[in-house]
Amino acid sequence: MINTAGSATAAGSELSRDELTELYYHLRLTREVEQVLTNLYRQNKVIGGLYRSLGQEAVAVGTAYALRRRDDGTGDVIAPAIRNLGSLLMMGARPVDVLRQYMAKGDSPTWGREQNVHFTDYDRGFIGLISHLGIMIEVMAGVAITFKLREEERVALTWTGDGAASTGAFHEGFNLAAVQRAPMVVIIENNRYAYSTPVSKQTAAASFVARAPGYGVYGDSCDGNDVFAVLEMTRKAVEHARSGRGAALLEVHTYRRKGHAEHDSQQYVPPGELEEWEARDPVDRFMRRVIDEGWLTQADLDTIDDQVTKEVDAARETAEASPMPEAEEALAEVYGGSAARRPWTRLATPDPREA
Amino acid sequence: MAGEKPEHVRSTELGKPVTMLEAIREALWEEMERDPAVFLIGEDIGDYGGAFKVTEGFIDHYGPKRVIDTPISEAGFTGAAAGAAHMGMRPVVEMQFMDFVSCAYEPLTNYIATSRWRGSGPVPMVVRGPVGGGVRGGPFHSQNPEMAFFHTPGLKIVYPCTARDAKGLLKAAIRDDDPVLYFEHKKLYRAPFLREVLEPDSEPIPLGRARTHREGKDLTIVTYGMMVHESAKAAEQLAQESGLDVEILDLRTLLPLDEDAVIESVKKTNRVLLVHEDTRTGGIAGELAMRISEKAFEWLDAPILRVTAIDTPVPYSPPLEDYYLPQVADIVAAAKYLAKY
Repeated sequence: MINTAGSATAAGSELSRDELTELYYHLRLTREVEQVLTNLYRQNKVIGGLYRSLGQEAVAVGTAYALRRRDDGTGDVIAPAIRNLGSLLMMGARPVDVLRQYMAKGDSPTWGREQNVHFTDYDRGFIGLISHLGIMIEVMAGVAITFKLREEERVALTWTGDGAASTGAFHEGFNLAAVQRAPMVVIIENNRYAYSTPVSKQTAAASFVARAPGYGVYGDSCDGNDVFAVLEMTRKAVEHARSGRGAALLEVHTYRRKGHAEHDSQQYVPPGELEEWEARDPVDRFMRRVIDEGWLTQADLDTIDDQVTKEVDAARETAEASPMPEAEEALAEVYGGSAARRPWTRLATPDPREA
Repeated sequence: MAGEKPEHVRSTELGKPVTMLEAIREALWEEMERDPAVFLIGEDIGDYGGAFKVTEGFIDHYGPKRVIDTPISEAGFTGAAAGAAHMGMRPVVEMQFMDFVSCAYEPLTNYIATSRWRGSGPVPMVVRGPVGGGVRGGPFHSQNPEMAFFHTPGLKIVYPCTARDAKGLLKAAIRDDDPVLYFEHKKLYRAPFLREVLEPDSEPIPLGRARTHREGKDLTIVTYGMMVHESAKAAEQLAQESGLDVEILDLRTLLPLDEDAVIESVKKTNRVLLVHEDTRTGGIAGELAMRISEKAFEWLDAPILRVTAIDTPVPYSPPLEDYYLPQVADIVAAAKYLAKY
């Protein structure tokens, strides 16, 4: 099942020219947004950390492409993990909003209260994650249970890394979805590292998908650097879930080529490993495949590259010009209908006789 | 929906008195009837009807999609309730005992409480269940965990102590767009003295407003839950023994806290005693004392005192638990000290 050598598989031949173009556009867009973010990070314009998905774009793009994507709140719903920028963009998130998020701008989707890909758009079908790992599986189990309860043919899909697969939340959430036979797909994105911890310290099992029969659910795995294999595998699992046959557990084999975040020097990575995986780069593989098969030409790809560069550069300009939030915005929206109270003892000399 | 409305949720409709437990059951039933987005999720709540039988008969009427029996996974189904709320549902989660809500601390405090503020939208859900001691339940079936959540902006905390409040506040909690923790003192569930006749089609009681349980002019007791009733016994004794006229303010909702009601009563009586069944350190008395100090220091004729449980886990054996819990005698003694100050 695992094909990391980069050789051609049958998957992909069923895709139309438009579909191939769309896939390439999103692979390139994801990489370009992160490249622009890296430049902004080096200019100290990104506030806090930058989390890259270099080398994992095929997972993010290929899995989300298997879904029903809508912009009116009737499609499938995802909860991205930190390296699913490509999934977010595939669902319709705008690059300018991602850049605003990373730069803590006042007109970001979270008004500067939250960061990076932690943001939500229910119309387009994505729910922002929080930093506590595993919880999105619990939350998405509830999304899937709702689809079942309301008899809607929609699917809830989320990802965890190999690290988050060790949390109690993973088990509680996934087991609940499984026993409810809810339309839920969970993808364990095995990128070999959780921060600095190698997968060998994360589990004694030979694979994560081996858990599927333990939960009594559908399971499958594939080479995560082959976007065609990822798409084919996810489509089958999504169809399984959508047709009322219950949850699915998938594992993709990939590799995190950058550190946990941009500050991480990756000194724990054995020599030669990065080079080995660079040779399996999913975007390069896509390009080689479509050209070798005669599905698209180099000129087609160049046109998309130009389009993406222009789009992301325009987004960067807009995001850089965005304002920072007003300080008192921190008080808003803790509860519905009322702002949190201004701390009066901090803003004026207290006088209890006048209070 | 299948079947007639069963007898055990029709007491109010028939003009019969209800216990606090029956009031809670009626509130749940009526809200499920009113709004198809309301559903129940928890352990043993369906076929078994819940450990305290609060949801008895619900699954027969509303079916297993709206009365969901879960695996033992408090974090899992609390997090799942948030996901359902995102999709427009109004889940009501039952903790079999509120002691177990600590397992769901993670989704509640990190994910659910912050959702609206993070731009991920409101999370209209209720987490309800039995709390409190005095039933010899031991350290893990007797807790009052409200203050573990009091520190979390974004959550609301409701703790009623009468049948009327239980029904009205639960209805309000279910209709509220913010996440609400709803505490039910298990010793009050079937207490005969709390049986009362309620109006049919009663309206929700707004969250965030305290209730004057007893009017008085000499001293204010601010409290909630079981201690409202213990304070009422103390007030009767104080009236007889010392001629003291004690006011009792039942907070009913801890978050948002009805600070105005507390300050108003303190300004009226000039003496205040804070009473809670929860443990002493980090109990709500500390926060209340601070607010009184900020807003009514000049009106006080005596220091602020508190009567609380001791700072230990809840003990099992009767002599130990009785020593742990605040007693009427403790409240009487503290009130007498304040009155003489």
